[in-house]
Amino acid sequence: MNLFGIIEEIKEVDAEFEDRISPRRAAIKNITSFGSKVAMATLPFAFSALLKKAYSQNTTPVNDVLNFALTLEYLEAYFYNQGLAQANLIPVAHKSYITTIAGHENAHVAFLKNILGNAAIASPKFDLTAKGIFGDVLTNYNTYLLVAEIFEDTGVRAYKGQMGNLLGNQVVLTAALQIHSVEGRHASAIRYLRASRGANIKPWISGSSTVFNDTGVIVSNASYANENNTVQNGIDITTLNAVNGTTSITAAIEAFDEPLDKATVLNILVPFIAS
Amino acid sequence: MKITTGDKKSEGMARRQFLQYAGTGTALFAAALIASCSKDNSKQNIYNDHVDLGTGDVAILNYAYALEQLEAAFYTQVVASPYTSISAYEKSVLTDIRDHEVSHREFFKTALAGIAIPKLTIDFSSINFADRTSVLAAAKSFEDLGVSAYNGAGYMIKDASYLAVASKIASVEARHASLIRNLIAVGSFADNTVIDTNGLDIAQSPQQVIPVVNTFISVKKILAPAFGIY
Repeated sequence: MNLFGIIEEIKEVDAEFEDRISPRRAAIKNITSFGSKVAMATLPFAFSALLKKAYSQNTTPVNDVLNFALTLEYLEAYFYNQGLAQANLIPVAHKSYITTIAGHENAHVAFLKNILGNAAIASPKFDLTAKGIFGDVLTNYNTYLLVAEIFEDTGVRAYKGQMGNLLGNQVVLTAALQIHSVEGRHASAIRYLRASRGANIKPWISGSSTVFNDTGVIVSNASYANENNTVQNGIDITTLNAVNGTTSITAAIEAFDEPLDKATVLNILVPFIAS
Repeated sequence: MKITTGDKKSEGMARRQFLQYAGTGTALFAAALIASCSKDNSKQNIYNDHVDLGTGDVAILNYAYALEQLEAAFYTQVVASPYTSISAYEKSVLTDIRDHEVSHREFFKTALAGIAIPKLTIDFSSINFADRTSVLAAAKSFEDLGVSAYNGAGYMIKDASYLAVASKIASVEARHASLIRNLIAVGSFADNTVIDTNGLDIAQSPQQVIPVVNTFISVKKILAPAFGIY
């Protein structure tokens, strides 16, 4: 198989192909040098994964976005329903919070299933312990809240990452934005609850030039990758005026939530899917 | 022009488009904004008796800029003259929110550069800044208004990079709204006054939002013929 021949052929029908994969040119180089060392039979597989990545963000039909969202909502709904079903997990003072959030997640599942109709995927089977990473998630409320925070923050980022695929779609984009901000409210509330129990965490995602994951929990790093970005549309926020001087890096990080692409989110979900 | 992305990860078309502006300064960013929309956008925004938001994506960005001006001015005053018996925690989070809103305001001002609406003359005489209830009630209405405005205007944005940045701000406004609501009433962060039975947050059109914004603006109020507001 001649990889570069294939790239040339694709470029003939898709003039933008090289641009699509340009950020991943280094990856292609790696694949070819890698290919010289392993059986050529593995190459087509690696290449198709690369193609999928190059195209996925721009050609995803609306139903794929909705099913992706539904997957997240299935997980969140299951998580809160299971939490509420445990007799001694959630303190009385927090029950109304969790009940409110559970109600929304179940409503999101119903709403998305209703839009998708027959195209709706079935719920995967979930493992809330993430194969043991959060082994006491349903018995230790601190762990439960931590996982809730990761789910909500990831959910906000996941919806944000799909907005471009829904550009100009009044009905679906608006609904996605409406769910996205509800997840933002949830994330803030869960963080508020964690802070009330002593966690050093703000309602908004904070950080520094070296800290992108303000939970400090390393296993959640993928959910917070690049959250300490301070450049928006080419404008370095830290150079902008603040009340005193220029904007602090902390404020620049907190003031803008960052998106995650679909592949990254699905990778984050992998441990939570029961095999 | 060939764009090198360095070690930045691409997030597709939108990202690549605005990377063209990255590093070339905000003057180019604004120039591209003007070029990307109809020629009407180069018109002056300042009239004798009102402020005109413009048309196309510029109108949406100026609309967001107006909202952020309002929020930034509000929290700046809250922090400068804290209400009676403010707690250390409340002072801390309200200062954070002030800094976020100011950075949002300055972002839009910089992005829009020469086509930004002018500084609005804001009138908070309806708010008692010495009183916690009055301040938090106003904060709640501003945050919920902001969330609903971003949710309602998103579909009108034509450029994916502007939609991306609007959604980056929208969820932060939602975080603010949630916190403020919990400070007012425990567990009210997303109650049924803002979330419907489908679990959807409020979305409001500019026609619904701008009149509310105008109640806090004196002298030159906002008009937006592009949104049917004359």
